Amino acid sequence: MLWDAFPSALDLARFQFAFTVTFHFIFPAFTIGLASYLAVLEGLWLWTKREVYLDVFRFWLKIFAVAFAMGVVSGIVMSYQFGTNWSVFADRTAPVLGPLLGYEVLTAFFLEAGFLGVMLFGLGRVGKGLHFTATCLVAIGTLISGFWILSANSWMHTPAGYSIAPDGRFMPEDWWAIVFNPSFPLRFLHTITGAYLTTAMIIGAVAAWHLLRERLRAGMAVPAERLNERAKVMFSMAMWMAAAVAPVQAVFGDLQGLLAFRYQPQKVAAMEGHWETQRGAPLILFGFPDMEREETRMAVSIPRLGSLILTHEWDGEVRGLKAFPPEQRPTNVPLVFWSFRIMVAMGVLMIALGLISLWLRWKGRLYTTPWFLRFAIAMGPSGLIAVTFGWITTEAGRQPYTVYNLLTTAESVSPIAAPAVATSLAMFIVVYFVVFGAGTWYLFRLFGKTPAAHESDIAAEEPIRTAGITPAPQVARRGASGPGRHTVEQRG
Amino acid sequence: MSAETIATIWAFLIATAVFLYVVMDGFDLGIGILFPWMQDREDRDIAVNTVAPVWDGNETWLILGGGGLFAVFPLAYATILPALYMPLIVMLLALVFRGVAFEMRFRAESDSQRRFWDWSFSGGSIAAAFTQGIALGALVQGIQVEDRAYAGGWWDWLTAYSLFTGVALVAGYGLLGASWLVWKTEGGLQERARDLARVLGLVTLLFIAAVSAIMPFLLPEFRARWFSFPTILLALPVPVLLVLLAVRFFRALEPTPAREAEAARAPDPRLPPEAPPRPTGRVIWHDSVPFFCALGFFLLSYVGLGISMWPLIVPPEITIWDAAAPASTQLFLLVGAAVLLPIILAYTGYVYWIFRGKVRAGEGYH
Ligand code: HDD
Ligand code: HEM
Ligand code: HEM
Repeated sequence: MLWDAFPSALDLARFQFAFTVTFHFIFPAFTIGLASYLAVLEGLWLWTKREVYLDVFRFWLKIFAVAFAMGVVSGIVMSYQFGTNWSVFADRTAPVLGPLLGYEVLTAFFLEAGFLGVMLFGLGRVGKGLHFTATCLVAIGTLISGFWILSANSWMHTPAGYSIAPDGRFMPEDWWAIVFNPSFPLRFLHTITGAYLTTAMIIGAVAAWHLLRERLRAGMAVPAERLNERAKVMFSMAMWMAAAVAPVQAVFGDLQGLLAFRYQPQKVAAMEGHWETQRGAPLILFGFPDMEREETRMAVSIPRLGSLILTHEWDGEVRGLKAFPPEQRPTNVPLVFWSFRIMVAMGVLMIALGLISLWLRWKGRLYTTPWFLRFAIAMGPSGLIAVTFGWITTEAGRQPYTVYNLLTTAESVSPIAAPAVATSLAMFIVVYFVVFGAGTWYLFRLFGKTPAAHESDIAAEEPIRTAGITPAPQVARRGASGPGRHTVEQRG
Repeated sequence: MSAETIATIWAFLIATAVFLYVVMDGFDLGIGILFPWMQDREDRDIAVNTVAPVWDGNETWLILGGGGLFAVFPLAYATILPALYMPLIVMLLALVFRGVAFEMRFRAESDSQRRFWDWSFSGGSIAAAFTQGIALGALVQGIQVEDRAYAGGWWDWLTAYSLFTGVALVAGYGLLGASWLVWKTEGGLQERARDLARVLGLVTLLFIAAVSAIMPFLLPEFRARWFSFPTILLALPVPVLLVLLAVRFFRALEPTPAREAEAARAPDPRLPPEAPPRPTGRVIWHDSVPFFCALGFFLLSYVGLGISMWPLIVPPEITIWDAAAPASTQLFLLVGAAVLLPIILAYTGYVYWIFRGKVRAGEGYH
């Protein structure tokens, strides 16, 4: 019957959560890094008084405004979904996780939201020092937000500092142990540096596109000195970031893998595609994990390297998936296996990008090597791809549990009928694609505008002009504001 | 402190957060609700700009309301949210539309795109207000809970009463928006806002009367509260104060006194000569009164609701003490909240202060 083919309420709820959280995280992954970048730019401007930093600041501020708005609205959805779709999870874990999310609101969201208005519209209305403070507070807010939410998420992977009440609720025993649970510190570092890399890749790609376009227009002969100053500053900063941070990210990732090996061996077995427990396990590069036959088909592997990486011994023992009963294994092994490889591939490419940039910089050809600029453009989405698949590895690898080994996903779900969840899921999909699709399109329009000298202020385009008791500088400056939004500008 | 005391403190804190959300997001949702009566593009831009720097902060109170409930009254969170599944999902999606519209309206590259974002701003605001009203109505009508879980169906929230409270809240938020515009704008837009505020003031008061009249008959607990001896003393001032406020509200909607307007005309050396003169502080003060009266309507209705519900958090059975998280959870968050909430209120106030005064259309962007 058709009805039997209808997915269960549980599957729908899982898919809905995965869909909405993946969409949500795309924006913070970009805005966490961008907020810090803006703070650095404004600081550099105040310090060196070089106009170019202010221009770059204004260029990215408009982009930040759009991306941040999308992050906020998709995040509000997340904070309600624990209750709407995972009410049993909410009831059981709230004594432990509730305050972490509560502190996120109190220490991060209010800070960001409060000072966002000053950051976006305040340049010219408040003093420079105060404006810079607002920018820094927004940036710090994004980091604090990451701190709490990642603490909560890490607790679900490596629960600590709790006891279990007779009715099944998790009770807090030691807050320090809860907040700084074993997998949290590394996950925080790895995710935040991931966000910084995500931003650097996007900035690098946008800058490379402008540099390349300028050179193509002028017949490739423009010397580096005459290229767009703003684009060069962006590109240079982004490439420093890639060179310095991409290798660090690989180290953090490796450490995180070791930690997961200790606390979540099933997950690591799935990531590695190991079914049998073995000493001197190989490192499987590629292959096709087959859940029916319980083996990884057509594996291309390097002998013994797996054991070496995970145990730091040539013949260290690595447990395979068959060492665990099927109901304790990740529910989708190929997904974990492939997501992990996609993330690592992105990381390797970023390291390559960083190294080549060092070489070209040394040679004085950083801004003028067309194939390298093309490479940087192609790497634009690589950060987003890496963080998304990194999360899929982590979360799909945690299945079938929401709280590792203690509470299953199937137990966690709300008592809501499948048609209700199907309806909401359909609405989410339609709305997210329409709204965030349009938003992304506007982001690309903003990326494509040439970063100009005397970049216009956001407030010149979206005037917040108060005519009240304050001598609002914007009012006095009327008529002197930059080119209007509807002026036709040159586009590529 | 005993667990009961802490839970009581938290009940007040969460109630305050929800109230702050209702009035603060209320006026900015109200701007969207009034869009159909503001066809002029410049009016719309000014109206949106009066709230653009603060809406995100306003909406954060909603996250605190939800997040706070999760942390300190998890049973309420885990039963109310599934019970109100559909209205809440629609509310969240409506907030998505209107939240992004703030930015997108100004990024639109053609009239049709602009119309789309105007539509999503206004439609999103109206839908958010309507579903919040529905949620409120459905909650006071009671939620069926068995064994720490919601035990009803996914359409239980739909009743004539909840639809009624939905419409009432749309009108109420519209009133907040209109009186906010009276405060923050001038000229023709302000005049239109005054007219709207008059009508919506009347409509809102009628809704408040009707909703309050029905409320005691929804559950015997509510009835007992209102018509029994000691509480009636507590409850009686509420309607009386409401009437007094209503009188003040309509009087304050008279146009700015002529003398004040004259004073406002004093030339200001800081402005370019062609700019209209800037209103004086007293004019702005006068113009702000309707907004604060409208806040008063909300506060009194909310107190009335509180009197009916106390100490229930999920009618008809679950009290705040039943729903409370363990004391150590509540205490852990309370310590931080006691320090952080005053700081948050202080900087929120400061940001409002930075953006004080009347908002005018800018040049250079038409
Ligand atoms: C730009 C982003 C980015 C890049 C380049 C990498 N990662 Fe990553 N990775 C993440 C962004 C990320 C993430 C989004 O931050 C995740 C998801 C959840 C988490 O804790 O971090 C993650 C998770 C994650 C996990 C799962 C941990 C767990 O489940 O507890 C491992 C083992 C690695 N990473 C390892 C690596 C290695 C060895 C990389 C080397 C090249 C690497 N990652 C590059
Ligand atoms: C922001 C980045 C995140 C991404 C991209 C992400 C992604 C995912 C995905 C893909 C799943 C589905 C796994 C499956 O069913 O196979 C999932 C499940 C889940 N995640 Fe995350 N997650 C993220 C962060 C978080 C955080 C911070 C929390 C909590 C604090 C969280 C809580 C959950 C829960 C409760 C589930 C179980 C529901 C389910 O199985 O779908 N996630 N997540
Ligand atoms: C499922 C888990 C998650 C929930 C419930 C959640 C909740 C929220 C909410 C409610 C907002 C809007 C805040 C505002 O109005 O300012 C938000 C934005 C944000 N979230 Fe998430 N979030 C989740 C996952 C994550 C993760 C994993 C990270 C970081 C590592 C993160 C970082 C941020 C940041 C930095 C912002 C503010 C920046 C922006 O809006 O773009 N979130 N989140």
